[in-house]
Amino acid sequence: MTGTAAGATAAGTAAADGQAAGTTAHAAHAPGTTGTGGAGPAAAVAAEGLRKVYKSRAGEVCALDGLGFSVVAGSVFALLGPNGAGKTTTVRILTTLTRPDAGRVTVAGIDVLKSPGRVRSVIGAVGQSSGALADLTGYENLALQASMNRMRGAGLRRRVADLLEQFGLAEAARRQVRTYSGGMRRRLDVATALVHSPAVLFLDEPTTGLDPEGRAELWTLLTGLAAQAGTTILVTTHYLDEADQFAARIAIVDRGRIVAEGTSDQLKAGLQGDSVVLELAAAGQVPRAEAALARLAQVRHVTANRAVLRARVADGPRALPAVLAGLEAAGVPVLSVTVARPSLDDVYLHHAGRSFRQAEGITVS
Amino acid sequence: MNAANFVRQSWVLLTQRYLRQLYRQPAFIGITLTQPVIWLLLFGALFKNVAEIPGFGGGNYITYLTPGVVIMTALFSASWTGMSYIEDMNTGIMDRFLTAPVPRGVLISATLAYQAVTTVVQSAIIIAIGWGIGATFPGGAWGIAALIAVSVLLALAMAGLSNGLALLSRQRETLIAASTTLVMPLTFLSGAFLSLHLVPGWIAATARYNPVNWAASAGREAIGAHPPWGTIGAYAGFLVAALLVTAAMSTRAFRLAQR
Repeated sequence: MTGTAAGATAAGTAAADGQAAGTTAHAAHAPGTTGTGGAGPAAAVAAEGLRKVYKSRAGEVCALDGLGFSVVAGSVFALLGPNGAGKTTTVRILTTLTRPDAGRVTVAGIDVLKSPGRVRSVIGAVGQSSGALADLTGYENLALQASMNRMRGAGLRRRVADLLEQFGLAEAARRQVRTYSGGMRRRLDVATALVHSPAVLFLDEPTTGLDPEGRAELWTLLTGLAAQAGTTILVTTHYLDEADQFAARIAIVDRGRIVAEGTSDQLKAGLQGDSVVLELAAAGQVPRAEAALARLAQVRHVTANRAVLRARVADGPRALPAVLAGLEAAGVPVLSVTVARPSLDDVYLHHAGRSFRQAEGITVS
Repeated sequence: MNAANFVRQSWVLLTQRYLRQLYRQPAFIGITLTQPVIWLLLFGALFKNVAEIPGFGGGNYITYLTPGVVIMTALFSASWTGMSYIEDMNTGIMDRFLTAPVPRGVLISATLAYQAVTTVVQSAIIIAIGWGIGATFPGGAWGIAALIAVSVLLALAMAGLSNGLALLSRQRETLIAASTTLVMPLTFLSGAFLSLHLVPGWIAATARYNPVNWAASAGREAIGAHPPWGTIGAYAGFLVAALLVTAAMSTRAFRLAQR
């Protein structure tokens, strides 16, 4: 109940500041205002009861099934889920590219379904595939976007130069985008989406296809943007580690619904327990080990992946002797044992009823 | 204010995107300009003696052919306008512009403006080559301007159709198939290459409702000695009507494509 009230308040405050956010978007014309903007105290995203069914010859696919969440202004929020969970559909709805069959959405306090045009002036969107024009230079891509946003003259040139600098593209500015690396292209996409200093930035799987270095660079830029410019950032990802490390709050999406939401720590704490990870000598011993563990009162749940067993227990260190004794009694040799605090994978497993990797494997994107 | 903004944004997209991209593709420019020259020389040689057939009215076939090739080239190149949308939809470029604070109409008008610019240039070059190989233009500058104008109107009508097909099908193959099946019959069911007095009755009858024939007839009359401006104006009016229909269709297709 408290959650709902908080969500409503966030949306309400955002509504009051919708105008302010719009003003920031235009401030960039005036010479001298080169800040990244979006400094308004509340630019939030609120979605409620989103439903979307795609009909095709093969039948109906329910992409969203009552999905809802809200994002506090000025933070990095991650929609985490396997491919096909409904993340992209959600972002497409929030960025005015698609309409839901049912549900309500506001961005920066503006009703997305009623006033998509007003929403577009306060958001930036980075899609899964690059929106950069390959035969234009980085500078020209940004200048085009700035002109489309009604900037001109010295203000435009300064804004573009600042963005090129900020995103490490100053040296490559006069080269055609077709010569850029994947990481550079992605950074240009983000810079393009930020030209008009939007209050909310949406990124759909921005790090897919980037090497680890490129991923880290992009995340540094995004978290810096939220911290310094106060931009609200909504990112979808299917990388557990990214969400864990960089997002202030995470919503776990599964089969078109939010199954859990909170900070990484909250989500893990919500599991109230640790994992005891046991590496057995051979996968063939797994059934016997599972049977032995099932007899123990401390063990709540066991999952197996080849010769590795994960046993969920309330308190890892305390349960460890009993677990080892139980396995020894059953005659199962253990190669190694570790006690692990819950991971996001455990959180996903708990809420979605299957492991993240399994979900990735069996769903189509 | 709103209208001025619409024009400005369309202008930005035209100059800073489409014309710049065109300028970066010299090979493409070369090929598109060579094509009509081939038509002009090929048809000119092939049908050289056609003008002497009774009923054609005598005269120089190149003079007859040049406006036909102008109109056909305008039609052909406009039929590919939608390709740009399909490319944009297959990359993230369409989404980039759809999430920007830009009216949908700007995305359409910029492609139409681009088509208009390229058609003007193409038509002018074909007319110059036609003149070079012996075509005469007794109607003078106004006649030539009118020929170029109707070629632009036809190109815009075709571009609207091409854009609409592209947005609805989202597939290159579909657009190619649709364009090729449409463009050839439209051209040959008109007086672009042969006087309608010489073709079978049903073709002449069909041609009366064919926008390509409206453009070809208007263009040919305009470059003649005593242009019947009333008739030319009427044809131009029909072309504008066709253009409005296809523009409305592509705007509607834009909305449908966004489901």
